[in-house]
Amino acid sequence: MPRIGVFICHCGENISGTVDCAEVAKVSAEFPGVVHSVDYKYMCSDPGQNLIKNAIQEKKLTGVVVAACSPRMHEPTFRRACAEGGLNPFLCEMANLREHCSWVHEKLPATTEKAIDLVRIMVEKVKRNRPLFSINVPVTKTALVLGGGIAGIQAALDIANAGHKVIMVERQASIGGHMAQLSETFPTLDCSQCILTPRMVEVAQHPNITLYTYAELEKLDGFIGNFRAVIRKKAKSIDEKLCTGCGVCFQKCPNKKILSEFNTHLGTRTAIYVPFPQAVPNKPVIDREHCMYFQKGKCRICEKFCPTKAIRFDQQDELIEVNVGAVVAATGYEVKDTDFFPEYGYGKYPDIITGLQFERLASASGPTGGVIKRPSDGRIPETIAFIACAGSRDPAKGISYCSKICCMYTAKHAMLYKHKVHQGKAYVFYMDIRAGGKMYEEFVRRTIEEDEVHYVRGRVSRIYDRDGKLVVRGVDTLLNAKPIEIEADMVVLATAMVAQPDAEELAQKMKVSYDENKFLSEAHPKLRPVEMNTAGIFVAGACQAPKDIPETVAQASAAASKVAGLFSKDELSREPVVAVVSRTGPPEFSNCVGCFLCESACPYQAIEHEEIKTRDGKLIKTVAKINQGVCQGCGTCVALCRTKSIDLQGFTNEQIFAELVSL
Amino acid sequence: MAEFEPKVVAFVCNWCTYAGADLTGTSRMKYATNVRMIRLPCTGRIDFMLLLQAFGHGADGIIVSGCHPGDCHYSAGNFHARRRWMLFRELLDFAGIDLRRVHFSWVSAAEGAKWAELVNDVVNQVRALGPYDEFPKRLNRQSLEQLCSVEVGR
Repeated sequence: MPRIGVFICHCGENISGTVDCAEVAKVSAEFPGVVHSVDYKYMCSDPGQNLIKNAIQEKKLTGVVVAACSPRMHEPTFRRACAEGGLNPFLCEMANLREHCSWVHEKLPATTEKAIDLVRIMVEKVKRNRPLFSINVPVTKTALVLGGGIAGIQAALDIANAGHKVIMVERQASIGGHMAQLSETFPTLDCSQCILTPRMVEVAQHPNITLYTYAELEKLDGFIGNFRAVIRKKAKSIDEKLCTGCGVCFQKCPNKKILSEFNTHLGTRTAIYVPFPQAVPNKPVIDREHCMYFQKGKCRICEKFCPTKAIRFDQQDELIEVNVGAVVAATGYEVKDTDFFPEYGYGKYPDIITGLQFERLASASGPTGGVIKRPSDGRIPETIAFIACAGSRDPAKGISYCSKICCMYTAKHAMLYKHKVHQGKAYVFYMDIRAGGKMYEEFVRRTIEEDEVHYVRGRVSRIYDRDGKLVVRGVDTLLNAKPIEIEADMVVLATAMVAQPDAEELAQKMKVSYDENKFLSEAHPKLRPVEMNTAGIFVAGACQAPKDIPETVAQASAAASKVAGLFSKDELSREPVVAVVSRTGPPEFSNCVGCFLCESACPYQAIEHEEIKTRDGKLIKTVAKINQGVCQGCGTCVALCRTKSIDLQGFTNEQIFAELVSL
Repeated sequence: MAEFEPKVVAFVCNWCTYAGADLTGTSRMKYATNVRMIRLPCTGRIDFMLLLQAFGHGADGIIVSGCHPGDCHYSAGNFHARRRWMLFRELLDFAGIDLRRVHFSWVSAAEGAKWAELVNDVVNQVRALGPYDEFPKRLNRQSLEQLCSVEVGR
């Protein structure tokens, strides 16, 4: 028999002002199963909580109803009190007499009647509560960082410095990402590589970080604290243990005309190569698509010259399985394709380049050694036109968002050009200047006022060739919307920042959501900016949305602190309000018919397949099983289950039906 | 004879509408006493057997309310609820249940005033319709209770 205790709170006069609490207590005492019913001025005070604790022990209560304020306010308080009194905390329920009754109704008999009803409903529910126990899941204190750009580097270093293991996976042969390609950074004009490369080296040398370059995430399963990742380590065709990075191989490689991805196709590399001189790890890989041996079966010159005999033509891709407790997605962005603007002539005229290509031209380590030269003939351009919003903020082209960094890097490009070519003329075509950020507006003003860059507010309609000059036709909307024509030697397009081409695939591998532009979606745009809606997976950098370096670093550090917080305990404890598949008897009698409607409905992919087999291993049937580490307890599967095999702990069908029946 | 006072059962989600109704309380807005709230984690949890049960046990009207589309705490529960709701209304209609007694709404945690308004509206409408005894009369209560495996007063 249930032995329920009812505790009515006056909340000073907040409840007793309109509800006759003594009457509620008196009537409640008569409900079937209620053995104890009292009212008290402040139930949440120490003496109030002691009333509950003592009654649990003296009256051997099997359930407690506290009729007071909203459970959103004090449920944890009273559950704790029950636990201290020796009762399972999940055998305590609250009736909301304050927010849902006394405060919203006048002092009328009907108000007290409603209060009595609210208590009765909860008494009926609590009779059917079962003791529940917090779910503890162990945490593997290793983080997987996907991406070795500045976001991944920052997150990895922060996590590693907090004392936890990190596995970093980078797709390219070197870490560094796009930041390694940049010349100087706005608004301070710090040399990008000078500030980045020490960080890259730190990653490589950190005792807590295991680095896999030329590798990709193949598969991810599991749940918060307990993920299992499979990493595909692509064949580098060298033995990394033997290779010293001396560089003889790429000096000898006969295939020297391959366009360098790192130099945005403005320079060349060999088939065995390191992407750039400061690469980490500074060991080459063989690009099998361009290697003569792999393509034509002859050459092996690198092998012949390698002093440590480190070349391995027969190396295969390797699959590495790792257990991790958290994942940080920091996979970055890509620059919008070139065939996007036929009217701008990109691809048709070699001297029309993207912003990222300009970075390489302006970089001291770039293909021109930092001299701004035209890709076509190597001449120094006397006039450059910069076109902002080339693709961004153009819904007709499919990118309605602002790429956020282009206003600043265009100003920087114009400034760098003017610093290098004092007599040169620079024009910037823009829609608006968005320079929100510390010292950003001042930077743009400096470009305009001190470096005398001509800013033209208007769009460019077409770029075409006329006698060796690039004619940029546009409109100046600030000068009575007059058409304007500039003869430039070079044009730089501030192309849109877009998601990685395989961002969708990655999101599906990680089972996280992404937006219409294929950027990964954070769990809450304001309050959970670095978490993803799958617990244990975090996001940093431009794979979530276009952002600049300081924002990326801030987000990466935030993600790292979330990971460190997660790793601060050996076990994760969470409320046991989760769905369960009923198991009243041997598994072969499970009601579940294995329709897996629940699987398609579950927003968290918490439904797993469980195979029920006979002793000799014959499959009887496949039923649903809920991963309690992943389930968040929404109950969508419960409502959907055709055979009523799933129930939600804490909100079972039985409990809710009982509430309704008691109305 | 005293005026008929309807009993309205509200199925609400914990994160938006329950919190919205809490806000109605903290803002001391007044509304009709006729409503009894059933707190659920999410409107996605609502199995429509629950609604039938409520009608079977004396509800004269029903409110179902959760987070606005796109705001679900569990990201998609309210979408499931909405889709199921479309079908279920048809079914209720087919079964001869007066649709004017069932109301669906979105009330966010910031819409305390909307909650008060919603309750008052529904209560007034249902009051005008009169008591709903037609459905419980037709209902085979024993079978319903068996189905739900609930013994009252245990």
